[in-house]
Amino acid sequence: MIAELGFGILVIAFAVAVYSAAAAIYGGLRNQPAWAESARYGMLLTWPLITLAALSLISLLLTGHYEVEYVYNVTSNSMPTYLKITALWGGQSGSLVFWSWLMSAFASAVTLRKWDRDREFLPWVIAVSSITLAFFLGLIIFSQNPFVRIWVTPSGQQLLSMVQPAGASLAVVADGLGLNPLLRHPGMIFHPPMLYLGFVSFVIPYAFAIAALVTGRTDDRWIRITRRWTLVAWLFLSIGLFLGMRWAYDVLGWGGFWGWDAVEVAALMPWLAGTAFVHSVMIQEKRGMMKRWNMVLIILTYDLVIYGTFLTRSGVLSSVHAFAQSSIGPVFFAFIGITFGISLGLLLYRWPELKSEMQMTSVLSREALFLLNNLLFMALLVVCFWGVNFPLLSELFTGQKVTVGPPFYTSATGPLWAGLLLLMGVAPLSAWGRSTVKTLGKAIWKPFAASLVVLAAVIAAGTREVSALIGFWLVSYVILVTLYEYLRGAWARHRRAGENLLLALWRLIGRNRRRYGGYFIHLGVVLAALGVIGMQFFQTNTQGSIPVGSSLQLDGYTITYRSLAIFDTPDGRNVARAVVDVYKNGAFLAELYPRRDYYYASQQPMTIPGVRSSLGGDIYVDLVDWQPITTEGATFKIYHNPLINWLWIGGLTFVLGALIAAWPDGEKAPAPSEAPAKEAALPGKA
Amino acid sequence: MRSATLKIAFLLAFALGWLYATPVSAQQPTPSDNQVNAVAHELYCPVCENIPLDVCSTQACAQWRDLIRQKLAAGWSTQKIDDYFAAQYGERVLAVPPLQRSFNQLLPGLIGAGILAGVGLVFWTLRGSLRSVFVKTPESTPPPPPPTVDAELLDRVEKDLRQRT
Repeated sequence: MIAELGFGILVIAFAVAVYSAAAAIYGGLRNQPAWAESARYGMLLTWPLITLAALSLISLLLTGHYEVEYVYNVTSNSMPTYLKITALWGGQSGSLVFWSWLMSAFASAVTLRKWDRDREFLPWVIAVSSITLAFFLGLIIFSQNPFVRIWVTPSGQQLLSMVQPAGASLAVVADGLGLNPLLRHPGMIFHPPMLYLGFVSFVIPYAFAIAALVTGRTDDRWIRITRRWTLVAWLFLSIGLFLGMRWAYDVLGWGGFWGWDAVEVAALMPWLAGTAFVHSVMIQEKRGMMKRWNMVLIILTYDLVIYGTFLTRSGVLSSVHAFAQSSIGPVFFAFIGITFGISLGLLLYRWPELKSEMQMTSVLSREALFLLNNLLFMALLVVCFWGVNFPLLSELFTGQKVTVGPPFYTSATGPLWAGLLLLMGVAPLSAWGRSTVKTLGKAIWKPFAASLVVLAAVIAAGTREVSALIGFWLVSYVILVTLYEYLRGAWARHRRAGENLLLALWRLIGRNRRRYGGYFIHLGVVLAALGVIGMQFFQTNTQGSIPVGSSLQLDGYTITYRSLAIFDTPDGRNVARAVVDVYKNGAFLAELYPRRDYYYASQQPMTIPGVRSSLGGDIYVDLVDWQPITTEGATFKIYHNPLINWLWIGGLTFVLGALIAAWPDGEKAPAPSEAPAKEAALPGKA
Repeated sequence: MRSATLKIAFLLAFALGWLYATPVSAQQPTPSDNQVNAVAHELYCPVCENIPLDVCSTQACAQWRDLIRQKLAAGWSTQKIDDYFAAQYGERVLAVPPLQRSFNQLLPGLIGAGILAGVGLVFWTLRGSLRSVFVKTPESTPPPPPPTVDAELLDRVEKDLRQRT
């Protein structure tokens, strides 16, 4: 009954979304506000409808209705309640329901804003959001229905169907397979929702961009309206990526956090385009330039969101042939093609009206450096696009699938990341409009000189790897530039208003959250880069089989194997858990418990490392193998991961910065006519 | 009799020698886990996607690591082992397939060319204004009097504050 209810509600939601899209387009074309208003109510109705459908599915998951195929695949009796709820996005069809629910929430929220000054955008924003929502609801209803049930015919044959086949009865299933063990981790509970939030919220700026193109209102109003949406979308996507890294580090047991897996790259690509967009819109706001480029970027971001979902949902990554067999692959491909084609067509139609209002006047101006920043992000995007698609093309044309892994990505992206770090240390000090070598040099020389001192200290400490030295120098330089900017601003307020420095700093950040939040984000990025440099250039590992009481050595650490226990748990696992002691130069540091869990139901092993963390780095111990009869010998793989925790600290700093930048500050948006009257080029003005 | 004694002594010596020699050959150091992992790291699990062979925890990968150990013990080079796995399971098991290896060699040049093209594009866009990088301001637009750093900064901060309030 609940399954039928949930499916029925989804069908109604789909019909409402289709109606909403049609009414919005009709209202927009005919300039009839009543139709646009009707479309708005339709859009608002989708959210409670999809909420009911999602609650129906959650109810089935919680009550163990294993006759529903989705419930059978992702839950089991032994799973705790919170995992049964998060199983909503633990499988493909459930995650599409969750995606649609978030999409309808965001689209509904945007329709609730005050539209007085922007009424002409309304129908087209609703149309784009509704079409996107209808596409995903259509996928669920026609191809990925999570409410499908398992039926048994009198001959014992099992059938999957939403409605009862003739003569068949519902299957009686006592227990399910349970959630994929890899997904039973706090990082994985929050990682997919954050990624989805990032994905769906990028639909909103795209919808406004399309509305601007359709209506011909090509000033920067659409950018000002969506500024906060864009930052929030970018924040969620960034949190999702960081959580994914943490999950990989904690759960996959390979000692790393980013494997350049195609799924990871699929999520990174919209982030790269979105990050370029976040920077590029500032040029349009400040200087009235890059209007065409901003349109290109937001169209790219939107289609990369859909493309990333296509890559991970169509099965095309397993084999290009799975694409043709998959029921959703061709549909996704067609949707991407149509949206990209229409968007591009609209952009070309409005091309002449999107001419820049001003010319670039200096190669060292902030807008020129932002343009360079955009070029580097685009280069990264091209590398990722090539890397993720090359195996598919290779299989398609040669029949031979190849792996594009870390060796390709690290060599291709390393110099580009370094270039971006360098720009982070230069662009904040340059001025909009005009900068000269002299003015920029005057602003830069102090942090630059201090960074050379840091570099000398790193060399004196024994580092000789040139790439690592460049990395350390860049990190120290950007940190110093950022701190210098904070200090200069706070000092100026301190001198002018007599505030103490801390208060001056607090008020400085509060008065221009966007700029100083942005600097915080830069700090987060370079701290994270410190962790990446540590892992890239200084990670070491060793593996060995040792009897109880014996030790393995790595980088001055001694890891002593003390004991091993093997036991079953009530939640259906067989656990092999070792106890090891970690010493550094003879001093005891920690007792660790690396273990291997084997899930009986899904027949999947899972390696859980024992980790000893400090700011200097982690000792990360995997239990690789053991002697099952005597339990006297075991094989351990030990990693020393220097500076890794700076990656997580950088992630937190990044998120804090993004929150500061996106926080509402009561700023009054200028009237559209004011916007093109760009500001005078004051040095360092942001 | 003496000849028989000599023969027995010879056989005993041979047997002892053989017994002595056999354990020595059995105790030849087999390749260590680290040596095996160094080779396995350059290969990918043919079953699981995008997981290097040295960290894959499936039974199949454990067997393939054993195979690498045997090949190393037999004196095979890393290249020969890579070729063997590629022949058996296809080029997808190679972390860097031959085609990609060639591409990787070209990559620094391509990236450099791309960046140069990008920088060239910026310069081309700004071709009329390059002088302003070195010359502070053209005469047609008289520059404001050069302020001191503090005054300039104060001006900037205060202007920001006025805008935001």
